Amino acid sequence: MSDFDELYQEVILDHYRRPRGAARLDHVPDSAILENPTCGDSIKVEVSLSPDGFFLGARFEAKGCAISTASASLMTLAVADHSLEEVRAIAWSFIRALRGDDPVEALDGMGDLAAFKGVVRFPVRVKCATLAWHALLEALPPA
Amino acid sequence: MGSEAIRVGRGIAELRADFPILSRRIGDFPLAYLDNAATSQKPRAVVEATSRFYSRSNANVHRAIHALGEEATAAFEEARAKVGRFIGAEKDSEIVFTRGATESINLVAASWGCAELLPGDAILLTEMEHHSDIVPWQMVAARRGCRILVARLEADGSLDLSRIEREWDPGTRIVAVAQASNVLGTVNDVKAITSIAHERGALVLVDAAQSVPHFAVDVRDLDCDFLAFSGHKAYGPTGIGVLYGKERLLEAMPPWMGGGDMIRSVAFEGSTWNDLPWKFEAGTPNVAGAVGLGAAIDYVEGIGMDAIGEREEALSDCALERLGEVEGLVLYGTAPRRCPVFSFNLGRIHAHDLAQYLDRDGIAVRAGHHCAQPLMRRLGIPAAVRASFAFYNTEEEIDRLVGSLAEAARFYG
Repeated sequence: MSDFDELYQEVILDHYRRPRGAARLDHVPDSAILENPTCGDSIKVEVSLSPDGFFLGARFEAKGCAISTASASLMTLAVADHSLEEVRAIAWSFIRALRGDDPVEALDGMGDLAAFKGVVRFPVRVKCATLAWHALLEALPPA
Repeated sequence: MGSEAIRVGRGIAELRADFPILSRRIGDFPLAYLDNAATSQKPRAVVEATSRFYSRSNANVHRAIHALGEEATAAFEEARAKVGRFIGAEKDSEIVFTRGATESINLVAASWGCAELLPGDAILLTEMEHHSDIVPWQMVAARRGCRILVARLEADGSLDLSRIEREWDPGTRIVAVAQASNVLGTVNDVKAITSIAHERGALVLVDAAQSVPHFAVDVRDLDCDFLAFSGHKAYGPTGIGVLYGKERLLEAMPPWMGGGDMIRSVAFEGSTWNDLPWKFEAGTPNVAGAVGLGAAIDYVEGIGMDAIGEREEALSDCALERLGEVEGLVLYGTAPRRCPVFSFNLGRIHAHDLAQYLDRDGIAVRAGHHCAQPLMRRLGIPAAVRASFAFYNTEEEIDRLVGSLAEAARFYG
């Protein structure tokens, strides 16, 4: 597979064309927007918590490329049904693998997120793939 | 229209052979380099001049009492004289070497701005300015308590002179304007802007980073007060740029960086400054860069700026026509006077995805906000793809671009 095909795998294109967890988040203040200054991508992530503080799920509203949109979409699926602590751990595992802090093979144990393995060969696009995850971490209540 | 129809003295294949990098392949494809507004490629003459300088003449300038020092100084000052002649400066002392257009504009903003601007004064910019012609002015405005005024653009991306007059206020001290837009390709009537500003007692700084590579620029014809450009966008090396300033203005301006070479004498009680232009060249300059820029000027003058302009106009006409045939393509900037820079989006495809697809086919374009976020906001888009041409590009490369765009539309569907 060419680098390009590694980058734009079918699962990524699918989540780009039909993003899951995407919503209008007009009620979320613009101060929550995270931007990628190199390309003008922007994303808002909203986290739902139960009244007693349990993580219920995340939604997002994004203007971005296929990589950042698909990453946000797959993120909402990957974190569903996890505890706050687990969500933080998943987010950091994903970010660390893409940044090269951890071996990229770490993504193999993360289901569909393994589709992002091809991104590490495109350093400029790592920011696209991790933008939603940074927005998620910021939207979570302090640990 | 075949490439044979538009000739620049020598045939296009022969000219392309002057640029070693143009014969590179990217994956399975020959490189189609359409990112010239970011940086142009370098002819062998420039690479060799730089290499020859380091191999034969390298020494520090204005210091050494030895043969190499004299050769290096002569080569450096000869490059300055070439630049001066190239842009029509009256004196070589009006040519200051910098790292690039960005540094040149910062020099004027910091030196002239901090010395001359008073609280309440205004700096007039346009909506099409590059960040490098916005942020230095914001920095000096914050320090001096000045205002930034912005002339709006028309829907086609042109700058109507009445917008300058409309924005004008009595505090306006300087107009800083691009001669050609790095996004829209618009070429501004700088000569008319200069005459408006001078009638009202203000100065004009011209950001010529995107114009110098494409057509002959004459500072005395424009009557501009300052003009900035980068070597690397005009077939020269990176890290060398030019600030032109009228002598009497540069004379009156305080130095902006202190250090070696910019002084006449230094004592702990106080120091005095060197003559122009060295007053503004603290530290060891980019000597090899200046020599390379001199070689770039020799190279383009060998072809002729008029011939380059004609060739690029033909390429522009072809690109405009062919891009217009791509379904769903929105082109930003259709001003009547433009240089070969085309920014666009295709359907709902993000600029980065589009550029990545073109890269797969060996086509190098730029995607992003092009260091012009206020302009992007005005256009209502987060990013755009930009294809920018040089005289060495071909109609065949335009065909490849258009073909890849159509395929990308299907791919991202």
